Amino acid sequence: MLTQFGQVLIFMIIAAGFVAVAFIAARLIGPKLPSKGKNSTYECGEDTEGDTWLKFNVRYYVIALIFIIFDVEIVFLFPWAVVFKEMGLIAFIEMAIFLIILILGFVYAYAKGDLHWDKPRPVIPALDRQIFKSEI
Amino acid sequence: MPEWLIDILITLTKIVIVEGVILTAVAYSVYAERRVSAFTQNRIGPNRVGPAGLLQPLVDVVKLLMKEDIVPAKANRLVHALAPGISILVALSTFAVIPFGDKILLAGREIKLQIADVNIGILYILALVSLGVYGVTLSGWSSNSKYSLLGGLRSSAQMISYELSMGLAVLGVILINGSFELDTIVQNQFGWKWNIILQPIGFLTFLVSAFAETNRTPFDLPEAEQELVGGYHTEYSSMKFAMFFLAEYANVIVASSVITTLYLGGWQFPYLQTFGLPDMLVSILQVLAFCGKVFLMVLFFIWVRWTIPRFRYDQLMNLGWKAMLPLALANLVLTAIILTLFKT
Repeated sequence: MLTQFGQVLIFMIIAAGFVAVAFIAARLIGPKLPSKGKNSTYECGEDTEGDTWLKFNVRYYVIALIFIIFDVEIVFLFPWAVVFKEMGLIAFIEMAIFLIILILGFVYAYAKGDLHWDKPRPVIPALDRQIFKSEI
Repeated sequence: MPEWLIDILITLTKIVIVEGVILTAVAYSVYAERRVSAFTQNRIGPNRVGPAGLLQPLVDVVKLLMKEDIVPAKANRLVHALAPGISILVALSTFAVIPFGDKILLAGREIKLQIADVNIGILYILALVSLGVYGVTLSGWSSNSKYSLLGGLRSSAQMISYELSMGLAVLGVILINGSFELDTIVQNQFGWKWNIILQPIGFLTFLVSAFAETNRTPFDLPEAEQELVGGYHTEYSSMKFAMFFLAEYANVIVASSVITTLYLGGWQFPYLQTFGLPDMLVSILQVLAFCGKVFLMVLFFIWVRWTIPRFRYDQLMNLGWKAMLPLALANLVLTAIILTLFKT
């Protein structure tokens, strides 16, 4: 008798088989004519400029850190949610305390501006003279 | 035949049928997208291959197979090949736990119309949804191209932001049902008791998060054409590109099925059991009801894509963190309070 997860495994193996067959078929059928220009990194037809590992906004890290905190919180909430109906009021009060602490943390992160992303300020090129003068 | 062999054969048959149906559905949702977009933009769309263009997906697959697979010289070859595989595998595997019908009796044996009734079905789905981030991030990193890297970064930040509200929205459903099993959740949604009625706020947050998780418009910043060319799949071609494409539509179908299962009653059709129809017919009608609901949800995904413009990145993050997360938390607290006050 297969366990339920055994069936999931068979499902995944068949899906992986499909992917492998598609890749191998593409390899066998498709042409292979590599050239220097074709294999260069795409940058709108120009030669690549500088390093790929460019600097990016540090906020991505902050978001990832806050995400981990809240994800762990949700992990704690799942078992609570399953037994909530059986345990009744005690479960509610316990989780209320837990949630209040975390909501305080959320409010702190919010007030500190860690969740804030700057609005882009587009620079509109200024003209020193008016091209089309209004008639009126 | 020994009993275990029959069991395995039944499982294999179910798996092959379900995967075949999903892959066909994925191919035809691409076709549906092209037809609906053409209809929205007052064009005709693909209509040449076969009647009304119905053979277009087949021809597309053949075309993609005949293309050259270009791997940039600077790319990390192994990870570059691995990333599309992860994307499509994760998208397909989610289907293993979704119930698409009730039990049927066939030759004296009860067959469940679900591949695996895992007792932690919801956790399984959430886990696989989180794994989907890897495919996108790895493809962005391994291509060694600026567009890919930025697309991958954006996508991972967006996906983890909306994963939180998704998890919190699901918690409301678990609170009501007291179970992780998808089958139990569907069984509890008999009659009018669909979770969309019991959990309207949860449904809304889950729906918006599902759009963000599948990288669909209005949240398709990872592949915003005007700024990032193709985003994380800029450097992909041939079958690897096709895999990303299939994964996107497989994700749409998976998201539609999960929404249907959790909120729209799954395979339940209101009061169908009370009409006194033969059991077999009821089961078949229930499977059809499930397919119909999923089809309508997929149409909704396509409709939204061709109607609503894309968000700016700061709007996207603000919506995720400052609107969706508090809303989902409030929904959770509200559900818990109501359940404590009105104990049934």
